[in-house]
Amino acid sequence: MSTKHAKAAQRFISNREQEQWHNETLWFVRQKRDNMTMRIPEWEKLRDLAAKIKTHTIDDLIHYLETFSEAAESNGAIVHWAKDAQEHNEIVYGILKQHQVKKLVKSKSMLTEECLLNPYLIERGIEVVESDLGERILQLMGEHPSHIVMPAIHKKREEVGKLFEEKMDSEKGNSDPTYLTHTARKYLRNEFLTADAAMTGANFGIAQTGEVVVCTNEGNADMGTSLSKLHIVSMGIEKIIPDLASLSVFVRLLARSATGQPSTTYTSHYRRPIEGGEMHIVIVDNGRSSIQNTTGRDQILRCIRCGACMNTCPVYRRSGGYSYTYFIPGPIGINLGMLKSPKQHSDNLSACSLCFSCNNVCPAKIDLAGQIYRWRQQLDSFHKASTSKKLISQGMTFIFNRPDLYRVLLKMAPLINRLPRFLVYNRLNAWGYGRELPRFANESFNSMWRKGKIQKDNQ
Amino acid sequence: MKIGLFVPCYVNAIYPDVGIATYKLLNYFGLDVHYPVEQTCCGQPMANAGFENKAFGLAMKFEKTFKKYDYIVAPSASCTAFVRYNYLSIMTDEYIPDANEKIYDVCEFIHDFVKPAKLPGRFPHKVSVHNSCHGVRELELSSASELNIVRYSKIKNLLSLVEGVEIFEPAKVDECCGFGGMFAVEESAVSVCMGEDKINNHVATGAEYITGADSSCLMHLQGIVARKKLPVKFIHIVQILASGL
Repeated sequence: MSTKHAKAAQRFISNREQEQWHNETLWFVRQKRDNMTMRIPEWEKLRDLAAKIKTHTIDDLIHYLETFSEAAESNGAIVHWAKDAQEHNEIVYGILKQHQVKKLVKSKSMLTEECLLNPYLIERGIEVVESDLGERILQLMGEHPSHIVMPAIHKKREEVGKLFEEKMDSEKGNSDPTYLTHTARKYLRNEFLTADAAMTGANFGIAQTGEVVVCTNEGNADMGTSLSKLHIVSMGIEKIIPDLASLSVFVRLLARSATGQPSTTYTSHYRRPIEGGEMHIVIVDNGRSSIQNTTGRDQILRCIRCGACMNTCPVYRRSGGYSYTYFIPGPIGINLGMLKSPKQHSDNLSACSLCFSCNNVCPAKIDLAGQIYRWRQQLDSFHKASTSKKLISQGMTFIFNRPDLYRVLLKMAPLINRLPRFLVYNRLNAWGYGRELPRFANESFNSMWRKGKIQKDNQ
Repeated sequence: MKIGLFVPCYVNAIYPDVGIATYKLLNYFGLDVHYPVEQTCCGQPMANAGFENKAFGLAMKFEKTFKKYDYIVAPSASCTAFVRYNYLSIMTDEYIPDANEKIYDVCEFIHDFVKPAKLPGRFPHKVSVHNSCHGVRELELSSASELNIVRYSKIKNLLSLVEGVEIFEPAKVDECCGFGGMFAVEESAVSVCMGEDKINNHVATGAEYITGADSSCLMHLQGIVARKKLPVKFIHIVQILASGL
């Protein structure tokens, strides 16, 4: 019965100490988020407003994309359209090649992860340097992000200390976070100075002004774009919002939801190329327009990638980002994976107890849990439903459709209490993993009622 | 006003005392309570597992069973939430359900409609309230910890009507316990891990009892407590409310 997620989660939990650390670290972020949001009396109104703005924009996306690109071009940026990951990578490589770029410095972008841009460029001889600290750690380790906002959240500082000793010649045994950050900063400084081009993602694209807004805590996006004449922005089509007034709603929501900060340290607006330089904006579809056209699923496009759903998710916190088959984990990742390829990513659907906490933290009010519930209904039609779950459901339905049979079984149920332990607790009984079975009552409510016992006692 | 009492399948077989306490309470308030004997299950387990098509027949049966009642009252926040929020989409276009409009969890029914000023009896014990996900986030029995809204708890309001009860709540006040229907067996490692954490938080309050509006959560937690042989006990809220009856 167990899915790939369930198996990977079991492996993660087998190191209980690491699991607890991971769980508590992310819960701490959730608490920071709570502290921040409770100080804003109009918080729930902001969420309503954000959902409405996003819905409005998605419903009229073509109009807003056109407005954006016209404004961006009149500002002097060059706009490219990529229908999928392949086109995106080709466009980016084309620009780099044309400028004879040898080294590209990047700030964090989940879209370039989605497009697998780094390996594409490296294969073609371009040196790619991730400049977000978390991303840099993972790049040096040869791993990918386990969280969309805090990509290396699963790494302990001791592991980072060891990595830096090896790669940046830091002091042996020193894993003080401030020391390690300074080491990375010194090391990255040289990369910034020697890069030929800078790449950023985009948190928001403002249709009204044609500008791109990037939110970071490290200032690494600004460092890259200030020192290089060439800036390439990689932006999904769903990042568009109408105007600066709408931006004011989203910047209030984003960092508070994501990390429990009032705002990110840097909120950078890129409107035109640096003097004597070029600014390219690659607008990427890669399946997003088909989400937009799927009734009931388009709300997923409201996501602003804050990661709050991951931090609150009791399953994500206890199973880690790598337990999911899609590169984006947690409630939003379960949904995005299904929208990308239901057959490939249906194993993530088990990673939800339908607790609905994600819905309540989502700043864009996406019905994440409800969407997961809906995907489960479709599994059988993809031939991806669990056989045992189907059998159990069929069996239960058979019984519950027959009140007389149900009555007989209610009467027989207490016999299970008396079965020898080995018959009940074995590999076939997943309930028995860490739990005792409940004990059936000697007489069911139904039976007592039929005999008039309950009514008699309460006259 | 005729009330149809719904005693969910697992409550019927495992926790009949919860059904009895519900009946006692409603009867004590002078309400006209009936238990239609042909009832079985609302269909939630199959639907949550991805088989709404199997739940459909049961939902239709449920509708028929409770057609003649003005209200349906059930000692289960989760089953109530399922009927209330999912029946409309499970039904075909030709049939508009009405069970969804008239079903109430026993706690919200007593709290919102009966509004008793006090309850007889004493329960001189420390209890830790288990805020179940569907109770909190679907039925809104208490304010969800994620939302910036006025804090309240219908559960705590009700418990405080019984003399002697000392009320506690665990850290991570409404985090999921890990039951989740078939989630409990499909993701057994995560489910048990969540349950163990939940129990630790409840036990840390110093409470003798864990109480809640959902026997399903309690059943899962009780299974872990039994395996680990921990000293904490379980009781459904209605059993405390009916302790003097």
